[in-house]
Amino acid sequence: MKRLFSSFCVLATIAVASLSAQGWAQNQSQNQSQNQSIVVASTTSTQDSGLFGYLLPIVRQKTGIEVKVLAQGTGQALDTARRGDADVVFVHAKSAEEKFLAEGFGVKRYPVMYNDFVVVGPKEDPAGIKGKDVLTALQTIKTKAAPFVSRGDRSGTHIAELKLWNEAGIDIAKDHGSWYKEIGQGMGPALNMASASNAYVLTDRGTWLAFQNRGDLAILVEGDKRLFNQYGVMLVNPAKHPTVKADAGQRFIDWLVSPEGQSVIAGYKINGQQLFYPNANDPNA
Amino acid sequence: MNEFAQALDTAVSLICHLDAELREIVFLSLGVSLTAALLAFVVGAPLGTALAIYRIRGKSMLIVVANALLGLPPVVVGLAVYLLLSRSGPLGSLGILFTPTAMIVAQAILGVPIVVALVHRIMVDVWASYGDALLVDGASRLRASWPLMCIGREGLLTAFLAAFGRAIAEVGAIIVVGGNIRGYTRTMTTAIALETSKGDLSFALALGIILVILSMTVSAVSFLLGRVLTGR
Repeated sequence: MKRLFSSFCVLATIAVASLSAQGWAQNQSQNQSQNQSIVVASTTSTQDSGLFGYLLPIVRQKTGIEVKVLAQGTGQALDTARRGDADVVFVHAKSAEEKFLAEGFGVKRYPVMYNDFVVVGPKEDPAGIKGKDVLTALQTIKTKAAPFVSRGDRSGTHIAELKLWNEAGIDIAKDHGSWYKEIGQGMGPALNMASASNAYVLTDRGTWLAFQNRGDLAILVEGDKRLFNQYGVMLVNPAKHPTVKADAGQRFIDWLVSPEGQSVIAGYKINGQQLFYPNANDPNA
Repeated sequence: MNEFAQALDTAVSLICHLDAELREIVFLSLGVSLTAALLAFVVGAPLGTALAIYRIRGKSMLIVVANALLGLPPVVVGLAVYLLLSRSGPLGSLGILFTPTAMIVAQAILGVPIVVALVHRIMVDVWASYGDALLVDGASRLRASWPLMCIGREGLLTAFLAAFGRAIAEVGAIIVVGGNIRGYTRTMTTAIALETSKGDLSFALALGIILVILSMTVSAVSFLLGRVLTGR
């Protein structure tokens, strides 16, 4: 009996060890063939829109760099980098990025690309915001107390949304009712919730184009210049965190802003529609 | 209802053309969660047994703590492990944040209270039935613990499977310490979370179906293994 039990233990251990060894072997071989691997803290929009799935194999092929992406939302991505847990940040909230630089956590900010935000909502548009400029649209949503989903997670899109409420003359932090739902989650979950509850929501166009659970939602407000959405990339400062892989990180950034990288970004399309517009050569972006 | 039909359909076709990425995800999920459950078992089983057979000061308090920790939210464990392993944290120099190792650590921590609480419960009964006999035979409590664990082996297997079940099913801890990096730390559960956030609900559900099948397979295999090895 005793022997049977111990042999069971031994067998179970072997089974587990061989299984995990298989997993390790895979990871190891990956690490060894691409010892240049970096961690990029980025936003949910770049991942959920499918950009990274398209871009990273090309990056590996052209530069030999294995990029590990953390899709976190701008605020969290910058915090991850502040703690020294990422080598590069690739986010979209210029004010937050400049603060990050000013604190000394970033080396230099490079503009990479832009797309735009859109306001989506139920096709029947009960609040009647279709075709209005974004500030009027937000004021109308508030007046009519139409359901609105807010990211509420300090992401680039959330920061942009708060800025728009502010420009519309509404102090949304104090002046909101139960129609305003702050969900504290990524763009995808926010769209899922809007789709399930026929609410309005601000989203980046890339995630919207790639999103598959639209239900009765449609784009209602677009094309306003206030809806411009700029992405920037920064190397985390090796002076603050010596473990940062500065060389590989900088090579990744250099490739992104190179003419080659820029044309690859421009080539990402869903159903023939371009998602991101490269603008690394615009110094004011 | 349409989503469920579509999910079943997708699940079947995913299993039929088991592509490389899915295989990698499945192996990582199994590897991480089995290793974590084994670690939790190695730490938790002796502890649970000791709590059952020794008269230790503060024993009831330890038991209460272990039982309370059964409700430990994975995301809290994830956050604590994250802060420990972060480059700015006390164990940052290990450089294992956002790796499968960090995921194993987090899941093992989640598993330990389960193993301790379950093994303790089992061993209390076993001790009550056989303890005196073993002591009369002249064995010390330490010597008696091995035969006791053999007697309670089916219960121990249940404890191991419970720890594995918690590990393979949780997403809160590993998404924080693993980062859900494609091809590196993406498991079944984090992939499901990702597909849900992309709005591909039927694909997410299909992955969920595969996860349940996987979990059932592990449970069946351990059950049969236990049966064969004990000759019953």
